[in-house]
Amino acid sequence: MPSHHRSSSPDVPGSQPQRLLRRRRFLQLGLAAGGSAFAVRYAFAARAVTDARFVFINMRGALDGLSAVPPYADPDYARLREQLALDAPGTADGSLPLDGHFGLNPGLSFVREAFDAREALIVHAVATPYRERSHFDGQDVLESGLTRPHATQIGWLNRAVAGLPAGAGHGAELGVALGQNVPLVLRGPAPIASWSPSKLPAVDDDTMQRIADRYASDPLLSQRLGDALAADHIAAESAAAGEEPASTASTAAANMSAGAAAGAAGAAANPAGAARYLETVRAAAGFLQREDGPAVAVFDTTGWDTHFNEGGAQGQLTQRLRAFDGALRAFKESLGSTWSRTVVLIATEFGRTAAANGTRGTDHGTGTVAFLLGGAVHGGRVVCDWPGLSARVLYEGRDLRATTDLRSVTKSVLRDHLHISPRRLDAEVFPADNLPYIEDLIRV
Amino acid sequence: MTVDVAAAIAANRFGLGARPGDLAAIGDDPRGWLRGQLAGAAPLWPTAGLPSTGQILSGAEPILRARREARQAAGGGASAPASAELAMRLPQYLRPLYVNDARARLSAALLSERPFAERLVHFWSNHFAVSVDKLAVLGIAGSFEREAIRPHVMGRFRELLLAVEMHPAMLLYLDNQQSVGPNSPVARRAAQRGRTLGLNENLAREILELHTLGVDAGYSQADVTSFAKVLTGWSLGGGQGRLASGPVGAFVFRPEVHEPGLQNLLSRRYAEADQAQGMAVLADLAAAPATARHIATKLARHFIADEPPAAAIERIAGAFERSGGDLPAVYAAMIESPEAWDGASAKFKTPQDYLFSLGRGLALPPESEPRLLGAFELLGQRTYAPGSPAGWPDRSSDWDGASELLKRIELSDAVAQKLADRRDAMQLAPQLLGGTFSAATRESIARAASPAQALTLLLTAPEFLRR
Repeated sequence: MPSHHRSSSPDVPGSQPQRLLRRRRFLQLGLAAGGSAFAVRYAFAARAVTDARFVFINMRGALDGLSAVPPYADPDYARLREQLALDAPGTADGSLPLDGHFGLNPGLSFVREAFDAREALIVHAVATPYRERSHFDGQDVLESGLTRPHATQIGWLNRAVAGLPAGAGHGAELGVALGQNVPLVLRGPAPIASWSPSKLPAVDDDTMQRIADRYASDPLLSQRLGDALAADHIAAESAAAGEEPASTASTAAANMSAGAAAGAAGAAANPAGAARYLETVRAAAGFLQREDGPAVAVFDTTGWDTHFNEGGAQGQLTQRLRAFDGALRAFKESLGSTWSRTVVLIATEFGRTAAANGTRGTDHGTGTVAFLLGGAVHGGRVVCDWPGLSARVLYEGRDLRATTDLRSVTKSVLRDHLHISPRRLDAEVFPADNLPYIEDLIRV
Repeated sequence: MTVDVAAAIAANRFGLGARPGDLAAIGDDPRGWLRGQLAGAAPLWPTAGLPSTGQILSGAEPILRARREARQAAGGGASAPASAELAMRLPQYLRPLYVNDARARLSAALLSERPFAERLVHFWSNHFAVSVDKLAVLGIAGSFEREAIRPHVMGRFRELLLAVEMHPAMLLYLDNQQSVGPNSPVARRAAQRGRTLGLNENLAREILELHTLGVDAGYSQADVTSFAKVLTGWSLGGGQGRLASGPVGAFVFRPEVHEPGLQNLLSRRYAEADQAQGMAVLADLAAAPATARHIATKLARHFIADEPPAAAIERIAGAFERSGGDLPAVYAAMIESPEAWDGASAKFKTPQDYLFSLGRGLALPPESEPRLLGAFELLGQRTYAPGSPAGWPDRSSDWDGASELLKRIELSDAVAQKLADRRDAMQLAPQLLGGTFSAATRESIARAASPAQALTLLLTAPEFLRR
């Protein structure tokens, strides 16, 4: 069982550094064996050609863009939103100031600071091409990058990293998913690691080698095991070498747990939840900081499906955004100097109804917001062709109309930041739509 | 296919994993073994003593009342935060109830003599998913399964559907008790006081998309909205203020919030009054061909392959339609599908599958259940917590991630260290894997350096990771 310890074993696995040593020994063993496909997986190339880092954070559940980035100056906003409406900046329960038309949800104080530092860019009235209102199909389209749900089992980010410039010195794994499994957006033939914290004791090298030998005739299992051990190695190494990032993040950690505690009942049902957020962003930073580490990372957040009691400036959604904002702050701090080479894209499957529903919440909608964060972002701007919220422009009479296709944002970032070729982007990553690029999203 | 492989498929793919002796008992009639489990009563639990939804929610009433009174005393409205102590009291009351139910479910899975029937309970519970990460259902996800799912898995789909949609856990999970018809008496009174009350379309949408027709069945947003109006008033007893009425924790129809008048949806006109309107829509949904297809596809994906063969889906959907949704007839069609007996090990086990089969295979004693329960969360599938009304995903690629695999290996190793002096891997392997026990695994176990390592190699073998 999980908490069993092997008191009889001379080398009981324990702390992360011990774990690291054990893994390193195993890796050397694997490499020394030489030649086997299994051992080759650990060969991290020494030289990085592109040092750009890209992170995709999926806000599953359909984030309410009109509460995250409220258009308080729109003449229809307050009427539609009733008690959910956020006031103009400068009032007691007001939003945080952005540009005189849009404000920022009061929970997003780190995003606001990044905006002021020109390291945050907001795209509003944005959506994927999906126009129905199922979470699950909407997420499938968001992650597959195609126009219809369930059209492929390969995610757009996997198709993109497969085109990283030849010789790019990332290790065996081009991307890493922070979670037990690889979500669709990163799934596919390009090698991807996944990592999540384990409370279980490590397995001794001899047993692991025998399992690896047994898996040699099973391509899926041998690839997964190779990926897992490589990822574990990186995570353990950054945990052992990088006490600094962990400690610089501790202030944010404290802030975040305080915010989560204020979230009361929801957090109380799963008190470990908030802490696990932090472990995730720190691990992500550990992967991305490595010269030979993966170029891209993805992770998920949940809790954005606000049908009921969404609340205003002090409400539930604001509390959850505050916890998420704390995680983003911790992420920046953990990344250290790597932040300057990083772009984080934060997106959701669709938005929510323009009007509040009958239960102080919002139902599934269309247009919403996306965020770009990071030192490589040409930020401090809200990029949008604002359609307004008057009855005649609302999509199907109920939703914020989408005027920007999220794929335009994504492919422009992939082109200008990861230097994926436009030919590949238009042929394979987001095929056949002739979507325009958006210039100038990335700092030159 | 050899008899040995078929018995292993029956026990491991259709059941919850072979226990020592199971494969011998199945012998050369695996289909008969499965069919035998469909006969007879619903798979209710022999263990009485777990509280009903009514009892659980009644126990929560004083806590909720204290919270309301504290808020009123503080002069705040419904959204004023309660004190930290008061806020913690509800989860503190609900959590042990959740744990008791999760443990009883685990125990039933480890001990069941009808593991196919038990797997069907889990299948339906996941099809009609509620998730305990919503506090409102933390205490009643287990009673939901006991009261709405178990009694109906050997009955008709229509009765199962009704029991689910009328259960307080589903109504609370998808917010329907909050939904108010815009022209209902309550909404009109509220409007006179300047307050807007209205629809919450969550339950209506998920019934159409997830529970019955399926997302591609061609319904529109207008259908969702109309159906949400139809379902206004579907609520539960108890509560607060003027709306408080009815037995706590039981289904209650509240005419005062029901949207009056007829509704058009899915090309039909529903002129029934009150609750009868929703009953009529659900009956039509249960009988719709799209529903038969949707259910058949999900069953085939669960029991046959990630991308199930069209012929199998047709056969199962046909049985659904011909029998009017008689579930044992549907399951029988599945057992008779030749595709179900092809390709041993077609499905990568979910963490739940893996842990049930590990617990059954090693005949873990009851005192190890609390730890085993913790392992579900560790491997990424905390009991009753799929996190979404779509339930846990059911394709191999959703579960065969690298980190997930490493955790299974680590867990297997920890279990093996503990049990190696009492379980002999070489003796167990053929009893758990039957005809799927490969020469490569046999060799790796035979060459193991220690009994513990041998057991780890069995529990991490490719054929034990799949079903």
